[in-house]
Amino acid sequence: MSAAPGLPPLLAANPRLDRWVGFGEPGRVTVSTGRVEIGQGVLTAMRQIAAEELGVRLERILLRSGDTDLTPNEGYTAGSQSIQFGGVALRLACAEVRGALLDHAAAAFSYSRTDLAVEDGAITHRGEPTGHDYWSLAAAVDLTRPARGAAPTETSEPRRIVGTNAPRVDLAAKVFGEPIFLHDMVLDGMLHARVVRQPRRGATLKAVDEAALRRTAKGPIEIIRNGNFLAITGPDETVVEAAAAVAPSHIAWDGLDPINPFQEEARWLLQQPSINRVVDAPPSPTPTPATNRYEATYTRMHIAHASVAPSCGVALYRDGRLEVWTHSQGVFPLRDALARTLKLDPAMISVRHVQGPGCYGHNGADDAATDAAVIALQMPGKPVRVRWRREEEFGFEPVSPAMVVTARATLDEVGRPADWTTEIWSGRHSSRPGGGGNLLAAEALPDPPPAPPATESPNPPGAGTRNGEPLYGFPAKRIVHHLIPETPVRTSSLRGLGATLNVFAIESAMDELAERAGEDPVAYRLSVLPEARARAVVEYVARISGWQPALPSGTGQGRGIGFARYKNMAAYAAIVAEVEVEDQVRVIRVWCACDAGLVINPDGAVNQLEGGIIQAASWALKEGVRLDTAGISSRDWEGYPVLRFTEVPEVTVELVGAAADLPSLGVGEAAGGPTVAAIGNAVAHALGARLRDLPLTRERVMAALLKS
Amino acid sequence: MPTVDLIVNGREVNVSADADTPLLDILRNHLGLFGTKFGCGLEQCGCCMVLVDGRPEKSCGKPLSTLVGKQILTIEGLGTPERPHRLQQAFLDEQAGQCGYCLSGILISAKALLDRNPAPSRREIAEALDDNICRCGSHNRILRAVARAAEHMREEGGAR
Repeated sequence: MSAAPGLPPLLAANPRLDRWVGFGEPGRVTVSTGRVEIGQGVLTAMRQIAAEELGVRLERILLRSGDTDLTPNEGYTAGSQSIQFGGVALRLACAEVRGALLDHAAAAFSYSRTDLAVEDGAITHRGEPTGHDYWSLAAAVDLTRPARGAAPTETSEPRRIVGTNAPRVDLAAKVFGEPIFLHDMVLDGMLHARVVRQPRRGATLKAVDEAALRRTAKGPIEIIRNGNFLAITGPDETVVEAAAAVAPSHIAWDGLDPINPFQEEARWLLQQPSINRVVDAPPSPTPTPATNRYEATYTRMHIAHASVAPSCGVALYRDGRLEVWTHSQGVFPLRDALARTLKLDPAMISVRHVQGPGCYGHNGADDAATDAAVIALQMPGKPVRVRWRREEEFGFEPVSPAMVVTARATLDEVGRPADWTTEIWSGRHSSRPGGGGNLLAAEALPDPPPAPPATESPNPPGAGTRNGEPLYGFPAKRIVHHLIPETPVRTSSLRGLGATLNVFAIESAMDELAERAGEDPVAYRLSVLPEARARAVVEYVARISGWQPALPSGTGQGRGIGFARYKNMAAYAAIVAEVEVEDQVRVIRVWCACDAGLVINPDGAVNQLEGGIIQAASWALKEGVRLDTAGISSRDWEGYPVLRFTEVPEVTVELVGAAADLPSLGVGEAAGGPTVAAIGNAVAHALGARLRDLPLTRERVMAALLKS
Repeated sequence: MPTVDLIVNGREVNVSADADTPLLDILRNHLGLFGTKFGCGLEQCGCCMVLVDGRPEKSCGKPLSTLVGKQILTIEGLGTPERPHRLQQAFLDEQAGQCGYCLSGILISAKALLDRNPAPSRREIAEALDDNICRCGSHNRILRAVARAAEHMREEGGAR
């Protein structure tokens, strides 16, 4: 089926209208989205978009999401793109379906098409009922046809549903403890399973004392082995869990090569072989006096997704078909990766999304699903549930890579950058399973598909280079990127990717340049920020936070600002943070102004921004993955602390420029970089000394105090 | 296999399981009460919080043998969609949650707080929830929701 030209990419890739909208159930509209709920409220927003465009009440929408048999293929739910791209495709599909039904009504019953409208699914003629509705007409309209992209959307009518704070559709089930998470799923005859992981990448199984394993187990277990993949299954989860806990003492491995624990801090990246790339022209060789140059280097350790619960996967292999239930961000890419890894026809695999704990990127979800699938293939007819252990999620999920960023500028006569370079060293920020490799269990199987090579996506949006280019109007800007393919631990996408450290570096530099020029950081930024929408959020956040120029520094109290437009193509966000620093940093208050264009659900967007701010504060103050010779050693919440209730700042978020006529811009990741930057700037203000290495721990604060 | 009598959400149940089986497994896998969540199994995150004789306890670390005759309250016993507890209603009113995985444990910790302190300050609420991890960053909404529930309960004279 070929798609009409000019369609948004996701509609072009999924052109059949009935893949998006159906009227199979009386009085209900079945709407499908390839996007999945990961705590961001997308199910609620997609319902609003569909209800608005179809002209029905929200309650009529039955939403299907993330199912390879039923929904459009929208790749991954990631990158703050669901509304910005997925929402646009859904909206156009709904508009076209609505148009097709009205066209049919006009033709079949000799109405003038322009006199027809829809009121909660009923067709009206000049405002009077016609006796026809979507459900009575649907059978006569061919929705298997491809979208043409010709139907107008409902922009001319006042919006009724889009732009309102519709409550989250999934929240009630969660506050009443209903079993809606994948972890709660039970299938008849389901077996529980735990994987005994290879202690290191490439380790080989030397010996398994199966007799001892069975002897120590408190109930029936089965031991599943496939190459170097080893798992324990049984009907009683408690028994299986206990057996897995003692299993390592009954198993011998070869090939336990140590890793270098000093690679915990990021500066080792500077000495590694790298794939190098320059975005935009190389620096001009104009000699500049040192007084007119700025250079400083910023680092960040590996960061864990640290989902509140470890990953889970359920699989059933029956009659040659594999069914997988997962909380992965991408059911279609996972299906394709499973097909390659397990050497099955993708058409024989169904992957369905069920909600899990928030992931914030590529955590262990795909790997746990793969574990379940590998075991299920060896136990046909039996549903298999794998629930990772806490230490497994911390120890084996792909973490966000450590990074080093150098911000470098030559300044003009009034202290503004005339030439700017962001130089970035980073491991890979994306090793999602789509390419066929990259599934943890695959490495243990006898004949795995080759791991795809490390790559960097082009800018924008970039991955490690994301937001590496400042939005400021400097005459010359470039990114120098060093992609380090070999890292001590698996790395992949975490909310914001490279933007977090890139924005931290750029915005720290901006504060230092303002200080050098003897100017207020807000005024200095505004003097080099050409875009009106960008200026507006900076001005707005300064106003709501009561920003005052020239407050004294080094008093232990500080405030700082950070700004970015996420990916230089999503929402604009400016943040002010207020901190107190004694021996350690406390973030007291955070203000955020965000311009996200047309906002589908303002409270949902604010919720996402608030959450992003708190999570980023946690990254800034506390987070860094610990390594020892065996790999990741921070395998519990004491080893990997995150911000707790007594430590969170009060947060104020305001949506500005709520421009109904401008396209929606993704907000999920918009606040992270600016928040870390604002906190860094506030800490520098409080201390009178700058910390350039994240996290901003007590040790680093004390060292800075001793030095100054 | 030993059998143990417990009182779960006001109902007497008889459980036949190994004496060191964690309460969390009893609730989920023996009694089919999936509202209480596994988060870490290390008593560090609070996802599995329940009340045992009115006190908040992490059920992942409570062996069955320590629970003979005890009163256990889980999220399912707090309220229902038809008869929501004030806390549950307040969480809905404040839209306090994102992924929601941590919420049942947090609601239980909040219930324990309000049972002993009907007018907690923001600081006291935060301290009572400090054993519960929320990774999505819904903390401020959750703090507001607990304060709102406390206020409503005071207005009603602690009727529920």
